[in-house]
Amino acid sequence: MDVLLDNLDLYGPGFRDTIELFLISAIGSLVLGTLLAMLRVAPVPVFRAAGTAYVTLLRNTPLTLVFFFFTFAFPLLKIVDASTFGGSASRYYFTAALIALILYTSAFVCEVVRAGINTVPVGQAEASRALGLTFGQMLGYVVLPQATRAVVPPMVSTMIALLKNTTIASGFSVFQAGAISLNLAERGDSQLIGLLWVALFFVILVIPMSLLQRSLEKRWSIAR
Amino acid sequence: MRVRTLAVVLLAGGLALTACGKEGTPGESASGPTQQVATDVKVDGSKTFENITKRGKVVIGVKEDQPNLGYKDPTSGKYSGFDVEIAKLIAAKLGFGDDKIEYKAIASAGREQAIINGDIDYYVGTYTINDKRKQQISFAGPYFTAGQDLLVKKSDDSITGPESLKGKKVCSVTGSTPIQKVKSDNLTESSNIVELQNYSQCVQQLEQGAIHAVTTDDAILKGYAAQQPDLFKVVGKTFSKEPYGIGLAKDDKALRDKMNDILEEAIQGDGWKKIYDATLGKSGSPAEKPVIERY
Repeated sequence: MDVLLDNLDLYGPGFRDTIELFLISAIGSLVLGTLLAMLRVAPVPVFRAAGTAYVTLLRNTPLTLVFFFFTFAFPLLKIVDASTFGGSASRYYFTAALIALILYTSAFVCEVVRAGINTVPVGQAEASRALGLTFGQMLGYVVLPQATRAVVPPMVSTMIALLKNTTIASGFSVFQAGAISLNLAERGDSQLIGLLWVALFFVILVIPMSLLQRSLEKRWSIAR
Repeated sequence: MRVRTLAVVLLAGGLALTACGKEGTPGESASGPTQQVATDVKVDGSKTFENITKRGKVVIGVKEDQPNLGYKDPTSGKYSGFDVEIAKLIAAKLGFGDDKIEYKAIASAGREQAIINGDIDYYVGTYTINDKRKQQISFAGPYFTAGQDLLVKKSDDSITGPESLKGKKVCSVTGSTPIQKVKSDNLTESSNIVELQNYSQCVQQLEQGAIHAVTTDDAILKGYAAQQPDLFKVVGKTFSKEPYGIGLAKDDKALRDKMNDILEEAIQGDGWKKIYDATLGKSGSPAEKPVIERY
């Protein structure tokens, strides 16, 4: 308990930033991932190839490497000026972390959504085409709503993984929950106890997501 | 056919990648003085020493990424630097020569746990003695007195000390004591603080101009400055006191006293000075001998 109370200045801001990082990158990767899934089932071969290439590249790359790229290599390309970006150093690193997390997670989200699309019988797509719906209308009104229902559990798992992946940002100048134990080590507090508290808070953060999953599953369940 | 094309592309890509990278070795490895290995050493009542004797070799925790302090040559796998030489000295006086030492590179955050778990027999690597750490482990020494300082580009005259850091981007290792001090003393705005995984990354960012200063103990900074003296300089105004000790198991007073005796003898004689001159002394700054604090 002492470890927690003595270091509230670490735990408070740490978890606040973790949640901020998680929420923004969750929304970003859900949007980008769904778009990618649409690319992967698109009737145009070039779109499909682009979607497949993206997923192959990002899903097979360690997240740390993606972080490394945006923290160290990307500024060298001089596309943006890292030293003046957003007016401060911390803004650049936070944005870099967000981009790395979104790009990485959206590859997984894409595959989850695509799996959902595959559960929708082909006949439905054919029927909507026969009715004269465009590709976008078909996806938006017929296929994706049904696909989303099917993929709630794996999607929540992907999001939980994202939440835990945010801790990698601690090595790349974003202060959040993953950096707490490193700070504790220098302050001389027991790291193991400190990490136990971090783990407990992560469990507390994950429980609402599991509850959300259960309620969505119940609300969206239909007889098929 | 497609599989073969893929294999060829991957192979070509791999070859192109391996062609990159710097040639030669960065930073000359410092070879310290050879130590006389003692024989028939006895440390009564020391559990750690008992384990070492049973094992036939001594396992020492060190740093691997601090040139001239604790540095592992990536090509030869050899360790060198001031801390490593101190570790060798202790091992030799305990009766274990170079060939009976196993080094384990352990980063700052894992030090206490490695000692508590018994993964290592003792740790020598910029380990600042403080009371909170003494609750978990114990310290022999200090064998060196460092202080927080700043590393800047040689051409940079705007940073003269801790009070001139406002508005400057300062880098150090995530959660390290120096960066916590910068935060708590408000030396620069919190949005200008950069925390990376190790000092080499900070130095690289400094070289690129992404940050203005690297802050940590002067011993570490001098190691980097000595590597590239045309590029970097150490400001030279220390604003903290960091006595480096040898970390070992908390309840092993017998071994701690023995290590203190060894250090005392080296400091009084010329053993300590020889080690300093062969490593950190190459930066040109004079050495101040530490005073052993027994407890």
